[in-house]
Amino acid sequence: MKRLLSLLVAGMLASSPALSQSIKIGELNSYKVFPAFLEPYRKGMELAVEEINRAGGAGGRRLELVIRDDGGTPGDAVRAAEELISREKVDVLMGTFASHVGLAVANLAAQRRVVFVASEPLTDKIVWENGNRYTFRLRPSTYMQVAMLVPEAAKLKKQRWAIVYPNYEYGQSATASFKKLLSEAQPGVQFVAEQAAPLNKIDAGAVVQALADAKPDAIFSSLFAADLQKFVREGNTRGLFRNLQVFNLLAGEPEYLEPLKSETPEGWWVTGYPWEQIDTVEHRRFRDAYQKRWKQHPYLGSVVGYTAVHAVAEALRRADSADSEKLIAALKGLEMSTPFGPIRWRSIDHQSTMGAYVGQLARRDGKGAMVNWRYADGAKFLPPDEEIRKLRKE
Amino acid sequence: MNSSTLLLQFLNGLAGASSLFLIAAGLSLIFGVTRVVNFAHGSLYMLGMYAAVWLSERTGFWVAVPLAALGVALLGSLVEMCLLRRIYRAPELLQLLATFALVLLIKDFVLWAWGPVDMLGPRAPGFSGAVEIAGRAFPQYDLLLIAIGPVILLSLHLTLTKTRWGVLVRAATEDREMVGALGVDQRRLFTGVFMVGAALAGLGGALAIPREPASLEVDLAVVTDAFVVVVVGGLGSIPGAFVAALLIGLVKAFCVGLGYSKITLVVEFVIMAIVLVVRPWGILGRPQPLTRISGATHSPVSEPSRKAGFLLAMLAVALLALPGFAEEYALILLTDIAVFALFAVSLHFMMGPGGLISFGHAAYFGLGAYGAGLLLLRAGLPMGLALAAAPLFALAGATLFGWFCVRLSGVYLAMLTLAFAQITWSVVFQWDAMTGGSNGLVGVWPAPWLASKTAYYYLALIVCMAAIAFLWRVLFSPFGYALRAGRDSPLRADAIGIDVRSIQWAAFVLAGTFAGVAGALYAFSKGSISPETLSVPRSVDALVMVLLGGLHTLTGPAWGAALFTWLEDSVSRSFDYWRAAIGALVLALVMGFPLGIAGSIRAWRFSR
Repeated sequence: MKRLLSLLVAGMLASSPALSQSIKIGELNSYKVFPAFLEPYRKGMELAVEEINRAGGAGGRRLELVIRDDGGTPGDAVRAAEELISREKVDVLMGTFASHVGLAVANLAAQRRVVFVASEPLTDKIVWENGNRYTFRLRPSTYMQVAMLVPEAAKLKKQRWAIVYPNYEYGQSATASFKKLLSEAQPGVQFVAEQAAPLNKIDAGAVVQALADAKPDAIFSSLFAADLQKFVREGNTRGLFRNLQVFNLLAGEPEYLEPLKSETPEGWWVTGYPWEQIDTVEHRRFRDAYQKRWKQHPYLGSVVGYTAVHAVAEALRRADSADSEKLIAALKGLEMSTPFGPIRWRSIDHQSTMGAYVGQLARRDGKGAMVNWRYADGAKFLPPDEEIRKLRKE
Repeated sequence: MNSSTLLLQFLNGLAGASSLFLIAAGLSLIFGVTRVVNFAHGSLYMLGMYAAVWLSERTGFWVAVPLAALGVALLGSLVEMCLLRRIYRAPELLQLLATFALVLLIKDFVLWAWGPVDMLGPRAPGFSGAVEIAGRAFPQYDLLLIAIGPVILLSLHLTLTKTRWGVLVRAATEDREMVGALGVDQRRLFTGVFMVGAALAGLGGALAIPREPASLEVDLAVVTDAFVVVVVGGLGSIPGAFVAALLIGLVKAFCVGLGYSKITLVVEFVIMAIVLVVRPWGILGRPQPLTRISGATHSPVSEPSRKAGFLLAMLAVALLALPGFAEEYALILLTDIAVFALFAVSLHFMMGPGGLISFGHAAYFGLGAYGAGLLLLRAGLPMGLALAAAPLFALAGATLFGWFCVRLSGVYLAMLTLAFAQITWSVVFQWDAMTGGSNGLVGVWPAPWLASKTAYYYLALIVCMAAIAFLWRVLFSPFGYALRAGRDSPLRADAIGIDVRSIQWAAFVLAGTFAGVAGALYAFSKGSISPETLSVPRSVDALVMVLLGGLHTLTGPAWGAALFTWLEDSVSRSFDYWRAAIGALVLALVMGFPLGIAGSIRAWRFSR
């Protein structure tokens, strides 16, 4: 009888207006262009939504995800976002992967006065030069991830550095930040070669040869995905990495590390996500829930999607409203727990302090893994506030 | 750079050239005989890669390579028999639309079958290490590749010169109607050629796996490379393709070796532009023989009848009245449709009545868009002026590039437009200080009085309708008739005193300028622009819209633009595998309406 009654009450609650009027998150992303990252991302989001709704929703209202493919181009992304805003009447925009798409949607969000949580784009500009009051970014930016690697690079006291990067904004700004930060940490350091490879079309043999010719002591690379795999295999075959220290942004992310398998180069310093080794309480709870739900281990994309949805839910709870201005106030300075530990959304530039794991690559049973890793808290790798104020023209 | 690094980069260049040649040989063969511009060639290559990686886990690498090539060959012959065979007699380029649909289908098939994660294949057993050359380690497998290129060239050459089948293929390349008239079964010949071409694509893919992972981005990257090699070498010439592959492979390697890595983004297109300007038929190519069935026989497009004109006017009125009834998003979508309709109509203007095919029309769309962005953000012009002056950028580009392009014809012309488009793209992509580089320009919004979606819809609609009406009107002016005369019979046109080349140049410039108008409107409707506005996929979209609507009709391209834009918008929302869904739909349309939608409706009405 008691159970029946509680069921009845639950049923009435579910149909009460407070719960039935759900809050819509409009998520748009390049699912077909970057599926390796975004399929796990989507699973992470869905897990988070299920968790939140099972616990009674955000501020008493159900969360609903409305997902759109942005086709990987700013033009289509803006149209998808417009559809989410005007037809679906979403309360918050979320998502995007590539920097140019992220920047375009951020700009639209400011124009339409809708909060936009840019979960994945790495470009520094989205919170700095082109930052606006409606846009918040979750992941550690290119600058932050470079800054996490630089202390290790400076420790080595290597004189001659060669650089290789994919020839577009991410690679260019990673290179620029690295040169600036390393020169500050280690005055007199030399950059002896720079190779800009067309994205997805690196001529790996020639690039490896040219890098070897420059006789560097160390290499800094921001290659990823197919370019990284080609570079690693050619470099291994041609012995480029023997007696050389290599630093590679993002190479420890399972999305990019797993395909390397037995080619995984030992000893490289990378940023990434050693999912199988992180045993904090928060992470273990996330990993178990994810594996139970999807019968698959989490990727970095899973963490990003999961955390982005939880961030929106936290903000809704704190604002107790889906009004854009109230959400902005709630997100500014919001502190929350994530699988990576506590983070804060900075009010100065709307960047979250989510960090990344810095460590070295190793081979274990023919597979890549990260060793000697530690968590680098994003809050410690950001420039001083006055520099940010100069960049951000609000 | 000392002599040992010079030697090593030379070898790197040779290895790169061999893989380029493997990609291009099949395409050259297929085009030479069937005249099919096979967009799906890169997809066949990608299939070869995935199949080889998957098979080599089961059978080992060396068994996997021929098996993968064989599998792709079977698929190729199937495609030829079930699909292409039915549309050889359709207007030229419709096959291009069919193969475009295949690209979409194959991509989603691969995603479905093998998942999203890149697959790095095994090293080739027996060739997994390196040998020492001039004190450096050089991969054994690259040496093998360097040898494989010439071996394939030689065996193709022998097949083509010493076997009966080869003789027939060469004869068909020269004059396929005559071969048919002499009693050779063209169907079997075409199927065979397509099968061999597909096998070469699959082989190329399979042989690439020790050097690069199988990934979903391979197809488009490979197919543009293949086209460049084939065109630089001369269409249908296998030795030409080899020479071109050598040239491009070596230049690329030395660009990297000498520290000019940034130029590798575009170097093959620079080479192609130079070669085509100097030698309009490629290095070893010969002037394209005329085909007798297709081309030149379309009944001329007639002026819309009174009834059709009335219907069009009614449509215009309905569109103008729409904001009273429609929701906001419908206006946003219709703004896009209006812009793309103008873009497609401008392409059709030069391509249909002008006979000037363009694979790079997005260059002028993008120049207009960037013109708008630059004038607004960098020059600080008010929005109205920026919008009005932006097409001048496209006009300037079209004037310059058009002068070179109209000196060529057919696919060579199309490829030169592509080369110029890619060169423009790479300048925009890398000129950070001016164009914002790969991120593009952000904050290109209309003036406050046009900021509402309704106001902007009216602006876009009125400008686009006026521009489309103007372009259609021009087609039935003396200029338009002269343009058509130049397409149908350059000799006779010349004989009656028409300066064909100047007329074509003017048409090129006009088409480019109006694409620029569309681009400028597009920029202000999105608030930001990035290099993708002038990239290859954008050009392909325009081609698809024109062909879908009907190349030899008047209003077809506008319908094609509306249908394609609407499809992309609605299908991508409803299906996970929306690319495959669009591919299947396009394929169905190609089979059901081989003359394009408007063209087929017209043909059906006339046949009654």
